[in-house]
Amino acid sequence: MTDIALPALVAIPAGLLLIAGGLVTLIGACGLLRLPTFHARMHPPTMGATLGTGCILAASMAVSMVVLHRPIVHELVIALFLVITAPVSAITLMRAARARGQVERDAAQSRGPVR
Amino acid sequence: MNTFFHFALLFAAGCCVCGMLIAIFRIFIGPSAQDRVLAFDGAYVNGMLLLLVVGMTSGSTFYFDLALLIALFGFIGTASLGKFLWRGEVIEP
Repeated sequence: MTDIALPALVAIPAGLLLIAGGLVTLIGACGLLRLPTFHARMHPPTMGATLGTGCILAASMAVSMVVLHRPIVHELVIALFLVITAPVSAITLMRAARARGQVERDAAQSRGPVR
Repeated sequence: MNTFFHFALLFAAGCCVCGMLIAIFRIFIGPSAQDRVLAFDGAYVNGMLLLLVVGMTSGSTFYFDLALLIALFGFIGTASLGKFLWRGEVIEP
């Protein structure tokens, strides 16, 4: 793609989508690092898994359509796969946390001083 | 116009790399096992996005298949590790 000149009609929206997706993913990862308890930490990575992935996949679809001159829907496979699998892993992890007594630990920690 | 697009590609790749490094750091410092599994989940999603961005940079379609494979195996890893932490057994009789 480095040798093909994209028209501005595609380059600007795709670039904006890429920047937005990268920012959302990075914010999600920072939340994974910063938040105090496990139950709070469950939430931020889903930002990258839904909105960040959606933005970057849309940019990828636009660029491939312009470069290959035909409609490309391969990226929807990844989106569909993530939509199916992200709730399954979230449910499994939450049930693991409940079975391992994380609820009591988080309650005790959130009653103390907030880090 | 391609200057802006190349900047956006570099920016998105840098964000994905930083997110992956943060998630790997959380794998090492995570206080409990489910924290580490959750950080692994975040790390593979970031790696998949990085592969998509690199595929847009190079114009090759192989990176897309690699991203699909990473999503598949990452889900299998997360689900089986979570199932093991949940029940103590991955495939129950």
